[in-house]
Amino acid sequence: MKNLSKLQQILDSGQFAVTAEIGPPKHSSAEGIRHHAEMMRDYVDATNITDNQTAIVRLSSIAAGVHVLNCGIEPIVQMTCRDRNRIAMQSDLMGAYSLGMRNVLCLSGDHQKFGNHPTSKNVYDIDSMQLIYYLRRMRDEKLFFSGEEIKEHEPRFFIGAVANPFADPFEFRVDRLEKKVEAGAQFIQTQCIFDMERFERFMEMVRERGIDERVHILAGVTPMKSWRAAKYIQNNVSGMIVPDELVERLKNAEDPKREGVDICIEQIKYIKENVRGVHGVHVMAIAWEEVVPEIVERSGLYPRPKVG
Amino acid sequence: MIVAQQKPVEDIAQMIADCKKVLFVGCAGCVTVCLAGGEKETEVLASAMRIKRNLENNPLEATTFTCTRQCDPEYIVPLDNLVKDVDAIVSLACGVGVQYLAERFKDKWVVPALDTKFIGGSVTHGNWEEKCGLCGDCILHRTGGICPIIRCSKSILNGPCGGSQYGKCEVSKDVDCAWQLIYDRMKALGKLDKLMEFQPPKDWSKSRDGGPRKAIREDVMID
Ligand code: SF4
Ligand code: SF4
Repeated sequence: MKNLSKLQQILDSGQFAVTAEIGPPKHSSAEGIRHHAEMMRDYVDATNITDNQTAIVRLSSIAAGVHVLNCGIEPIVQMTCRDRNRIAMQSDLMGAYSLGMRNVLCLSGDHQKFGNHPTSKNVYDIDSMQLIYYLRRMRDEKLFFSGEEIKEHEPRFFIGAVANPFADPFEFRVDRLEKKVEAGAQFIQTQCIFDMERFERFMEMVRERGIDERVHILAGVTPMKSWRAAKYIQNNVSGMIVPDELVERLKNAEDPKREGVDICIEQIKYIKENVRGVHGVHVMAIAWEEVVPEIVERSGLYPRPKVG
Repeated sequence: MIVAQQKPVEDIAQMIADCKKVLFVGCAGCVTVCLAGGEKETEVLASAMRIKRNLENNPLEATTFTCTRQCDPEYIVPLDNLVKDVDAIVSLACGVGVQYLAERFKDKWVVPALDTKFIGGSVTHGNWEEKCGLCGDCILHRTGGICPIIRCSKSILNGPCGGSQYGKCEVSKDVDCAWQLIYDRMKALGKLDKLMEFQPPKDWSKSRDGGPRKAIREDVMID
């Protein structure tokens, strides 16, 4: 049982999972990470540790994962294709596994143009699909990406990937999800859902093909602090759709932060009750980690199941 | 063709600041087509340098020559007589031309006047776009004739990524998402199922693996 991640056990047993996100700091102290981890510990099943999110240099995802693990939370190490070639990826992931990490999330990563090192060389040696495929093969067939045999102690990760129902071309989004599942993705976290209608259409297509029976889909939600934040995402973040009504609702609210949390809780409840095929939620409270326990509790997802 | 762009005049002037006599060598190949290093640009650059140096009271003797191609040894032979007493050679060819000159004229200071950018073609007059990343193992038959290696900002072979929206790439609203283009074209061709096939990682040993690549055609070798 030691090899199975807690997240996998919860999902495989058919329970509704809750994951959150911790963004490592732009410095080398783990104090903040530990603070957030302790706060979230009893409220989530695992937490993503972002990997130089938006191409901004931050404390390493794997190192942060160790701190989180020491606080008693299961980390989901994020691995982007932007910064490492296939040699570095395998080495880092074997290292992560040796340190006790059991979940990995494979992403292509935001382009370096948006970060604090826009003149860096982008690597993109392999893409996220290939990363998923080869990590699965590493585990199931004991082979390095090159095809060379791993004599012993192959890393046995629970493999995750992302899906963005709000990017284009829309019809291809489900194809790509299916392709990721075929490649070996076992759980999927979606991009933040603001446009529920589109998400439901997406899930309808997913169910039609029975993909929800082959992979665990966790719906991504994000509490917004202000209408300005909503407007910013609406206008400036590609691959995201924020409906005007949502911006308006935050604008008209007396206490926008409260409203943001309320909206997020409504979304979770709605998804859990109405959108078939969703197996959990992924709460991305970007730079607002403190609010996660409240969201989980008020959504009726507390206490979390015990496993192992 | 190879697309290149001239460096700022100030930068070129810096490279030859301490020279009295300089030969400017253009190329009648790609850089003529992209209006960066042909005969005309060579003359213009040489005269700009002369004027600049005159204004600085430090006259420059600038001569010019335009090779048919700087990337072929036979075409740089005529330079033998022209380079004899110059302090430097400024090449207006792509990086290959600069290196060919440096190799042949071992005792001369050879500097580049252009930045060699990419291989591509013209979109409209005066507007060129990169189309190929010279990967050494073309996969255009699998991607509807659109190159994801170079036209997708993340070189994704199993795209499109989550940043693709309204047909544009996440890096800029001015950049088409290559995978949207690939999708549209494969759809029009009735070949969408091809995109469901897993594309393996690129074999970069055929591209940039750290050494120069070679191409041999024994049938056309002379000895
Ligand atoms: S696949 Fe390779 S050779 Fe073909 S166009 Fe793209 S970069 Fe050039
Ligand atoms: S938006 Fe399209 S072109 Fe840009 S990185 Fe993503 S898949 Fe590639």
